[in-house]
Amino acid sequence: MVIVVMSLLVFFGVNVIGNPIDILINPEFDQEEMERAIKALGLDLPIWQQYLVFVKNAFNGDLGKSFVYGMPALQLIVQRMPATLELALTALLMAVVFGIPLGMWAGLRPDSVAGRTIMSGSILGFSLPTFWVGIMMIMIFAVMLGWLPATGRGETVALFGVQVSFLTKDGLAHMLMPAFNLGLLKLSLVIRLARAGTREAMLQDYVKFARAKGLSTWRVVMVHILKNILIPVVTVLGLEFGNLIAFSVVTETVFAWPGMGKLIIDSIQLLDRPIIVAYLLIIVFMFIAINLVVDVLYSVLDPRVRLQDVKA
Amino acid sequence: MRKITLGMLGAVVAVSLASGAWAAELRVGLALEPSSIDPHYHNLSPNNAFARHLFDRLVQTDDKQRLGPGLAVSWRTLDDTTWEFKLREGVKWHDGSPFTADDVLFTFERAPNVESSPSSFGTYTKGKTLTKIDDFTIQIKTERPHPLMPNDVATVNIISKKHGQGAKTGDYNSGKAAIGTGPYKFVEWMPGDRLIIEKNADYWGEKARYDRVVFKPIKSGPARVAALLAGDVDFIDLVPTADIERLKSEPNVVLSSGVSNRVIYLHLDHDRDASPFITGTNGKNPLKDVRVRKAISKSINRAAIVEKVMEGVAIPAGQLLPDGFFGVSPNLKPEPFDLEGAKQLLADAGWGGGFGLTIHGPNDRYINDSKIALAIGQMLTRLGIDAKVETMPKSVYFRRASRGGPDKTPEFSFILVGWGAGTGEASSPLKSLLHTYDKARGFGASNRGRYSNPELDTLVEDALATVDDAQREKMLQKATEIAINDLGIIPLHYQVNTWATRKGLAYVPRTDESTVIMNVIEQ
Repeated sequence: MVIVVMSLLVFFGVNVIGNPIDILINPEFDQEEMERAIKALGLDLPIWQQYLVFVKNAFNGDLGKSFVYGMPALQLIVQRMPATLELALTALLMAVVFGIPLGMWAGLRPDSVAGRTIMSGSILGFSLPTFWVGIMMIMIFAVMLGWLPATGRGETVALFGVQVSFLTKDGLAHMLMPAFNLGLLKLSLVIRLARAGTREAMLQDYVKFARAKGLSTWRVVMVHILKNILIPVVTVLGLEFGNLIAFSVVTETVFAWPGMGKLIIDSIQLLDRPIIVAYLLIIVFMFIAINLVVDVLYSVLDPRVRLQDVKA
Repeated sequence: MRKITLGMLGAVVAVSLASGAWAAELRVGLALEPSSIDPHYHNLSPNNAFARHLFDRLVQTDDKQRLGPGLAVSWRTLDDTTWEFKLREGVKWHDGSPFTADDVLFTFERAPNVESSPSSFGTYTKGKTLTKIDDFTIQIKTERPHPLMPNDVATVNIISKKHGQGAKTGDYNSGKAAIGTGPYKFVEWMPGDRLIIEKNADYWGEKARYDRVVFKPIKSGPARVAALLAGDVDFIDLVPTADIERLKSEPNVVLSSGVSNRVIYLHLDHDRDASPFITGTNGKNPLKDVRVRKAISKSINRAAIVEKVMEGVAIPAGQLLPDGFFGVSPNLKPEPFDLEGAKQLLADAGWGGGFGLTIHGPNDRYINDSKIALAIGQMLTRLGIDAKVETMPKSVYFRRASRGGPDKTPEFSFILVGWGAGTGEASSPLKSLLHTYDKARGFGASNRGRYSNPELDTLVEDALATVDDAQREKMLQKATEIAINDLGIIPLHYQVNTWATRKGLAYVPRTDESTVIMNVIEQ
């Protein structure tokens, strides 16, 4: 249902912006050639007819051929998906692995120098524009210090038929800055969530009880508090992961990372409608799938949710 | 035991010495990636520039777009409508098979018929009938005299009949059918990530300087410059004008710049009386008066635009093509800046009180386009015209500029736009921008101001049918003078393109704005 509405919106929306022919065609052509090209791309049919052709093909798994590349849109997107997924997952990992400990530290010792620094850092993290942070990192780490490569994806190896770059040292070096750039926003978010969650959990009865029982601080923190702050973190990260994938556009453009995000922004600028439509449909599908996974994770993390299901 | 160990040691040393052969590799940061390896798929600058590495054409254009022998060693006209081309012997395809006339015939059949081509090469092949005379001679016949035959033929990359038969665009992209006669061979293409080519040791012409070239598409300007500064790439193109000053003082970077065939100009509404974006005139169109147009041209300080907006990286224009191109008139110079004279002219024409005008332009097509439009707006305001400026992305702009009005006519009244003469001579802008719009005969396809001058039309049509070079040049010069003196368009400046290399290398600029590795030289 969502997918159908989405496809309708995008199809007609893109058409309102402009005609791709004007961008693709060489202006030195005469009018006859322009008409021929319009016909070749199927753009001479009225828009509702074009939509019906699209739907018919979609049921056969064919989401149309790109106007710019002439290749099937689905194939182009799937070709670049591993790069984006790799980046998004690494960004998420960084956000979680660094965010939760830092947030918990800030929550446990809110008035310490470290705690306050972490919180100010998180504010910078979500205020600074991604584009600027990316360029700054390139200037400092690649140009001035020469520690990391400036752009692109590193060497890839095939893992189960998919090209991945995190298994090579060169690949990791290339991935470090873009992943950090992409994950910075999420990192800040996780830090603040973890801090808030920790502060709240500290005041709960079960923590006081655990201390009274004589459990070590370490055990109280790692076992009891950590598990309880995970729920809001998982919820938000689930929603945000879809964002990471769909909107990695800025990071991919700055770092020339060959992923789906760069493909979509180029396609929007060139009005390559088949790719835009196919991409948005895939993204909607992914959002739906991710929400499902988050729901399942809930019941795993929170026994109360499980019990309720059992009772019902 | 010791003998075996020594033997192995010797073998290891020998192998390492042999494989230590010096492999020169060039890494390139490309601003615009080709959309396909198929040379006939899309008539687009990055595709055409890349195709030059893998393929050759019968007639090749040099850095100034002058014609020279390629896969054809000579050509001549047998009569007004027949051209004969003698082909080069001893040329081999990348797979070793010989090049013959059959490949040329196949190419001209296939080029206009590529599936889903958004902008096909059919324009250059239509109306031409090819006949094979023998393995190394062909004749091309047209219905009417066609002096631009060599220019047209220079745009079509020759593909192999053996590998091209039945091959689709996808086969070229994967490399299966990407067999050419060019100085480099195709190795690999990961779209968005890297495009790799290697040296063709059996090339018939000047051998490639590099064993391997890796193109990395880096669309973002600052990222591209950073990659060069960090040493990740050795060569980049399309250096943003804002970075040129900084790079000039950088000891490890060499800048190379050259003028292009592209003129940035203003197109005005010559056609409608009640033009939609002109206000305060009671339904009259002041742009139809040549004095008003001249006043506008005088009020534009081209030198200031070049210095401040283009940061010195442009050349003021007085006509359609820079000096040195075919058809450029020696009598036309850029209009000198004269604000007082402009105000006087405007008053003489009866518009001393001014009027309202909206300037339209793209913001992501030409170098600094929206900034130029803003500068023009300011200059017109000083003249007394109440100018507003509206810029938009090219995806929206071109459709509206060409067909956004009622009945699919041009929408705007005053636009900033550019024109690159693909054929490298003046008939290209004259035919498409200034000849009366005539859909049936294919004239004025980009004449968005609908300028119409019968004297100009006749001259242009005659020139296009005159095979004698000297005569044709005179006609083109005269036609240009008529159009410019009547201000059919107002030329602003010619674009200058900048490439940057690491120290030790330089780039020989091309006027067709192409980035071609064969032009990278050691310094």
